[in-house]
Amino acid sequence: MTERLRPPRALYCEFPLGRPLGRPGDAAFQRRVLEAALSLLDRPSGPVLEDFPETIDDDGVEPLACPLPLRFDAALPEPVDEAIGLRPAYERQLKRTGRTVVGKVIGPGRVPEAIGVFVRLVESGSWEELLQLGVPRLVAQDIRGYYEEAAMAMVDHVPEAHAGEAWFYRKTKTGRLMLEALRVMRDGGASQADWSFLVPRNFQE
Amino acid sequence: MADKDIRAANANQPVPVFDRPAFTPLRRPLSEARVAIVTTAALRIEGQAKWSGGDQSFRVLPADTGRVILGHISPNFDRTGFIADPNVVFPIDRLREMAAEGVIGAVASEHIAFLGAQDETMTSIRMDSGPAAAKLLREAGVDAVLLTPV
Repeated sequence: MTERLRPPRALYCEFPLGRPLGRPGDAAFQRRVLEAALSLLDRPSGPVLEDFPETIDDDGVEPLACPLPLRFDAALPEPVDEAIGLRPAYERQLKRTGRTVVGKVIGPGRVPEAIGVFVRLVESGSWEELLQLGVPRLVAQDIRGYYEEAAMAMVDHVPEAHAGEAWFYRKTKTGRLMLEALRVMRDGGASQADWSFLVPRNFQE
Repeated sequence: MADKDIRAANANQPVPVFDRPAFTPLRRPLSEARVAIVTTAALRIEGQAKWSGGDQSFRVLPADTGRVILGHISPNFDRTGFIADPNVVFPIDRLREMAAEGVIGAVASEHIAFLGAQDETMTSIRMDSGPAAAKLLREAGVDAVLLTPV
């Protein structure tokens, strides 16, 4: 695509999508990327397209090793109870960084409520309540963002790209609920725009 | 589907075709140049409008990672990198370090964010918001921009 678009100067980096500077928390690595990119300004003519020599492989990433809260309130659906149990971790992460990716549609206080909507979607086969809550893919991102930020508070390292989502969709009750909700919507004839971006492509069967 | 598969699937997406590629030489040494970041990570700060699908406007960002909010919407993109370290998307601290060392002249006080998920024509960005963002940066004395695609 870059070869066809022909921007003035481009440094091609084989890094995970979402991490254009390669390694979060690795200032030296980011610096090497920036120096390589800015060095393209020295080229006498263009368009310039060069490869950054270091690559980051994201194939076969294992799920983040992250604990999940014990069952607390048996009266609640398991995914809802799980999300409530993660709130302290989410708040620790928020306090530590001062920022959150949650809030496209719902704030962190409404994440359990939103998960309850997905529970009822799977139970009833109707997604009307979800559509009333908000754009489905944005609600889904708020829920996943809440979980990923809680997870970041409970691990002692920066995870590899996609390790957090692998943990969410493979290890958590809510992640597996989202996968089931996608199947219900897709197989039930929901508009593709409403289900196709609920979960990443590589988790869609 | 790994990222390389997503890249391969999108490799033949239509893109605008330009008769003459743009290429402007840097007018002063990098060590004297003011550098700004232009990102397609759909960043914004509190108080600015949230991003919506197909939004071709831009947001002006202060030079402060502590205030940026991530708005990009693709579920296929990793966001834990940004959660852990916004510099992986918005390398403002790295640019400050480079300015302090004299590698670059200065860091711009304001930077630009666009939404990355766009149709192949990007008409409004090409004809309106893109030139408007460039004008803003030029008037702020920016000599070079670093584009971080997300």
